[in-house]
Amino acid sequence: MKELRMQKVIEVQNLTKKFKDLTAVNDLALNVYRGDIFGFLGPNGAGKSTTIRMLTTLINPTSGTIKIFDKPLKQKRNEILRKVGAIVEKPDFYGYLSAYKNLEILGQISGCDTSNKRIMEILETVGLEKRAKSKVKTFSHGMKQRLGLGQALLHDPDLIILDEPTTGLDPQGMKEIRELIIHLAKEKQKTIFLSSHILAEVELVANRMIIINKGTTVVEGTVQDLLNATNLKVTFEIDEIESAKNLLAETQWQKKIESFGDYQILFLLEKEEIAPLNKYLVEKGIGVHSIVPKRSLEEYFLHLIEKEA
Amino acid sequence: MYTLVKSDLYKIFRKWRTYIGFAAIGVLVPVIQTAMYFQGAHFLEFMTRSFRDSFVFVGNLLNGYLIAYFILGSLTIHIPFLIALVAGDLLAGEATAGTYRMLITRPVSRLKLVSAKFIAGLIYTNLLVLWLAIISLGLGLIIFGVGELIVIKDVIIIFAQNDILWRFMFAYAFAALSMSVVMALGFLFSSLVENAIGPIVTTMTVIIIFTIFSAINIDFFRMIKPYLFTNYMSTWRLIFDDPIDYNEIIKNCLVLTGHIIGFFGIALFIFKRKDILT
Repeated sequence: MKELRMQKVIEVQNLTKKFKDLTAVNDLALNVYRGDIFGFLGPNGAGKSTTIRMLTTLINPTSGTIKIFDKPLKQKRNEILRKVGAIVEKPDFYGYLSAYKNLEILGQISGCDTSNKRIMEILETVGLEKRAKSKVKTFSHGMKQRLGLGQALLHDPDLIILDEPTTGLDPQGMKEIRELIIHLAKEKQKTIFLSSHILAEVELVANRMIIINKGTTVVEGTVQDLLNATNLKVTFEIDEIESAKNLLAETQWQKKIESFGDYQILFLLEKEEIAPLNKYLVEKGIGVHSIVPKRSLEEYFLHLIEKEA
Repeated sequence: MYTLVKSDLYKIFRKWRTYIGFAAIGVLVPVIQTAMYFQGAHFLEFMTRSFRDSFVFVGNLLNGYLIAYFILGSLTIHIPFLIALVAGDLLAGEATAGTYRMLITRPVSRLKLVSAKFIAGLIYTNLLVLWLAIISLGLGLIIFGVGELIVIKDVIIIFAQNDILWRFMFAYAFAALSMSVVMALGFLFSSLVENAIGPIVTTMTVIIIFTIFSAINIDFFRMIKPYLFTNYMSTWRLIFDDPIDYNEIIKNCLVLTGHIIGFFGIALFIFKRKDILT
């Protein structure tokens, strides 16, 4: 089982894409393993969409190799795409056709089951069963997004590539998609390649991730490892701010202070430093009412990108 | 492949622009027929004015065949506009709509996708010509009846009633072949861009320019005329010669077919290497 888990689903090596003078993706390498929910992060223009377009054969790499299911994408394209579902950027459909007909046409092209039962099942999964016969041009962006997810799942793929799948969705819709992604990975053993600009979203669902910038890898690893690699922002809520300021001024903790509020001090700490600091403050007679640690991928992401810049 | 063609045809026939061609022919031809019904005698008199002194014309000369011949001659110049409307949209329309992304991420080769669209375009083109045949010849025969066909070229040729129908069948087949070249050209332009307007306008521009070049009777244009495909688009007229120059017809058909294959080949070459950025 563990061996299966470590099986590479996507293996990208030295991937480069140049558009005339612009290098959109530069010597990129990444690995996605079976069962991963793999977060693909980067600021605008980092090369995320270009990479996804290369993974889905929409554009041809200038150099480098892409292997999916251990097969070269260039040579085994159709065989591979039979097991891949994708949303690339915003999902666009034939607006003059119904949601049902759009799925039927795309399903027929894929050579998969396009029975009424299957299509309705997919529409139900993405919450569009009541709008099956409505023309897509009457759909909101969020509904198109759901239909996009539906077409990606239609042929029951093993690998699902999702490019910003929650864009345009309301908070409830975002939550549903998040739950669906987790369900697909955990219950259906699908591998998910998830690109998103909502970093908190990746943090919530992904187990592994890569951050890219200017077309190259900045960092790759498990979400937990990456989170652990950075300091926490910890807010101490205290009752005597001036006393605390004076007290801390003479200590090693002074260097750890980020900012002061009326009743709060924000520290940049390592996890192990929280308890000693709390102990120190309490022992010196400062009342600590709450300790709120905050560490998000977003912080880490911004930190890395700033460092790159 | 059958599924792909079927779905492309479905998409073509679910767009209102597809019916512009059918509607235009469905309106224009009956208008011409109505005008001919009331004023056809003057038209016939004008057409035969130089022969009136030498010949005596008897029988129903203003018949369905003559009207269909006249309409075919007039409309083959205009039908390319209607073909370009659909052909220019076949590939570029998918780019404009953003649906390329859905199509190309499916487990179907680009060769098959492009071929299916091309075949669907050819089917549309042939259906449009068939519609023209039904409306102009079928309706014409119902309204005007049958008779001998008088064709005036350098000479005056009169075809017996039982010698006409098969000629029309071939004429419409040649017209379909010519229109298929227009479709293939529109399709080629459609593979180059991401907006359907460009290919439609460019196709028509090329046809207008080539037609003008073909019509100008000076040495330079006579020299380039054999290389302009528009020069071969009136091949259908050769079937109304007596005797018929079959060698010329076969040669022209080969030239037109060569253009269709050539335009398709270039479109395929471009599309297979195209980066889908829309």
